[in-house]
Amino acid sequence: MLRNMLLSAITGFAILFSSSSVGAVEIEYWQYTYKTRVEAIDKLIISFEAKNPGIKVKHTNFPYADYRKKVAIAVSAGDGPDLVQLYYGWLNDYRESGLIKPLPKSAFPHSKIENEFFGMVKSMKADGEYWGLPTAVRSLALFYNKDLFAEAGISGPPETLDDFIDAAKKMTKKDSSGNYLQIGFAVDTDGQDHHWWREVLTRLYGGQPYSNDGKKIAYNSDAGIKALKFITDLEKTHKVSSNGFMNRGQDAFKAGRAGMEIDGSFRISTFNKAKGLNFGIAELPGYRGKRYNFSSYWVNGITRKAKGEKYEAAIKFLKHITSEDAMQLWLDTVGELPAKPRIALVEQNKQHPLYGPFIKGLSYANATSFVSEKPQRQSLIDAYDMVILKGMSPADAISIVAKKEQRVLDEFYNN
Amino acid sequence: MVLRFWDSLTISQKQAFVAWLFLSIPILFYLIIRFYPTFEAFYVSTVKWNILGNKKFIGINNFVKIINNEEFWIVLSNTVKYAVIGVPISLFLSFVIAYYLNEVTFGHETIRALYFIPFLTTAVAMAWVWRWLYQPVPIGYFNVILSWFGIPQQPFLKSVSQALYSIMAPAVWAGLGFQIIIFLAGLRAIPQSHLEASSIDGAGRLQVLWEILLPALRPTILFLTIVSTIGFLRIFDQVYSMSSDSAGGPLNSTKPLVLMIYESAFDEFKMGYAAALTVILFFILLAVSLVQLSLMKKWTQ
Repeated sequence: MLRNMLLSAITGFAILFSSSSVGAVEIEYWQYTYKTRVEAIDKLIISFEAKNPGIKVKHTNFPYADYRKKVAIAVSAGDGPDLVQLYYGWLNDYRESGLIKPLPKSAFPHSKIENEFFGMVKSMKADGEYWGLPTAVRSLALFYNKDLFAEAGISGPPETLDDFIDAAKKMTKKDSSGNYLQIGFAVDTDGQDHHWWREVLTRLYGGQPYSNDGKKIAYNSDAGIKALKFITDLEKTHKVSSNGFMNRGQDAFKAGRAGMEIDGSFRISTFNKAKGLNFGIAELPGYRGKRYNFSSYWVNGITRKAKGEKYEAAIKFLKHITSEDAMQLWLDTVGELPAKPRIALVEQNKQHPLYGPFIKGLSYANATSFVSEKPQRQSLIDAYDMVILKGMSPADAISIVAKKEQRVLDEFYNN
Repeated sequence: MVLRFWDSLTISQKQAFVAWLFLSIPILFYLIIRFYPTFEAFYVSTVKWNILGNKKFIGINNFVKIINNEEFWIVLSNTVKYAVIGVPISLFLSFVIAYYLNEVTFGHETIRALYFIPFLTTAVAMAWVWRWLYQPVPIGYFNVILSWFGIPQQPFLKSVSQALYSIMAPAVWAGLGFQIIIFLAGLRAIPQSHLEASSIDGAGRLQVLWEILLPALRPTILFLTIVSTIGFLRIFDQVYSMSSDSAGGPLNSTKPLVLMIYESAFDEFKMGYAAALTVILFFILLAVSLVQLSLMKKWTQ
């Protein structure tokens, strides 16, 4: 009896206590579950709440596999997050459907954004407004196995595409019946290689992947064909790779069975955990004195759910997580690169043995304006298979996938 | 008032009332959980909708787009291949195994359990094991075994022509356990007197099989045909987990209809288009079931 009374008294106090914090504004922040990203946001929330005692931030995260679906359903139903992380390629859909609000010019002056952030962030501007800002950006770099390089007598990572093929040839090993035991370079068309082909190789050969307004395919050109030929020749002519060898490119590299692999900075932690893997990171190889890179990012957008006090609070939190301190914290915690050159391109970051090559890559990187990433990603996967599995010429393969991808673009733009 | 009404009912009316009372719960369940979403899918198939914005009515445009999409026809023919090739093979294998298993008395239950285990295992876990079995030599057992006999390496999942069959194999294998159990039950249900009479008349093994067992098993065979046809027409897990160069690859050579629906809906967010595909799948399944049911009626009479 006494125990029950005590219990109900405690519950009563708990209710009283929790209702006393009703005066505080609570906003909800959503991102996908990734251990270090969750840690980083938790740290940022603590420092934010210390500075803004009237605001509480509720941090929710979901597994990546469900994230896009859940966000789409929750945001369009008008509940869920006030501030949400979206992949930059999704933003168009959210903007057109009126689900996110433009960032107010008073808090985020356009001149300031354009002066301070990396150039690719400009693609967040539409209809004269900015619709989202990133904390961090990503780029690609060449991962190489130092032990295999030493064993093959190669002095350092390749600087040019020709060096790249030479190095790959020296590191490829086969058994007596011609099966690969070790490959020079791990092609993985389902991984990051479609970005390498689209934004890097096509430009290195003097072309561009899309028209300037992004509405027309431009890789169905001599440059695009040469780029596809380069990447398929690795398997077909030079025989230094096999798409899907040991399942995925990163698996082959992790197992020490691939000399080189192209991936993002988020892969560093995976490879760091691999026992006995002695790897280095270098900038992507160039061609005729030029270098290109691909960058992508997640942006934070304010949803239409955020109104009044919550809207003000969301703006404050957005400012906090896109501040320069937050960017350095994000690099140190997550390993993703600061979205502002002033933070990214400091000497200490540029010379960092692991992040340095990624950060240098940012200064010559382009972001693809995907309208629907999945079917567009399929272009290289299919073109590669047409050349390797069906024996088609790179030119024929490109013309087929270009037509198919153009239909995806048309469907989006001719809405 | 209520009581007087109740008293005025006859016993059979009361029984009917109670029966409906109990039936109302499953009926409500079906109406709300099953039928409402089904009809909603028919409606969504006539709109353009990306989950985010408003639904825009476009009539039969989704269906026109589907018919003009060459990928749909590849996917449809893959789906038919899974069923038309997978069903007879799995029925034949499971019948042969059940037939001999029925005659084995030593360790019968253990063997039966062994056959049933794959049916209990998660399709995804199993598919990943098979995926590794199909890899090239240092890893894949199938290619290692081929190399013992000097047979050249096969690409299996990495081939446009072999991938579909490589994925069908574990699907057949996983379904065997269930089919064997049903066949065994069917075999056990055949009256012993029929078999004794036939042996007195001097019928051989083949004659018994052909004249007595198979005709008696007709309902079993039809049931399994319907169930496994629908199963193969809806194949998804194995393809999603095993195919290479993105789900359904290489070059769409293994992609079934359900995977195309999934991708349209949850990768590309074309909800109307995906709903139109489900409507097509619905009518295919309906037609197959109706044809098989009418055959069943004819055969069992």
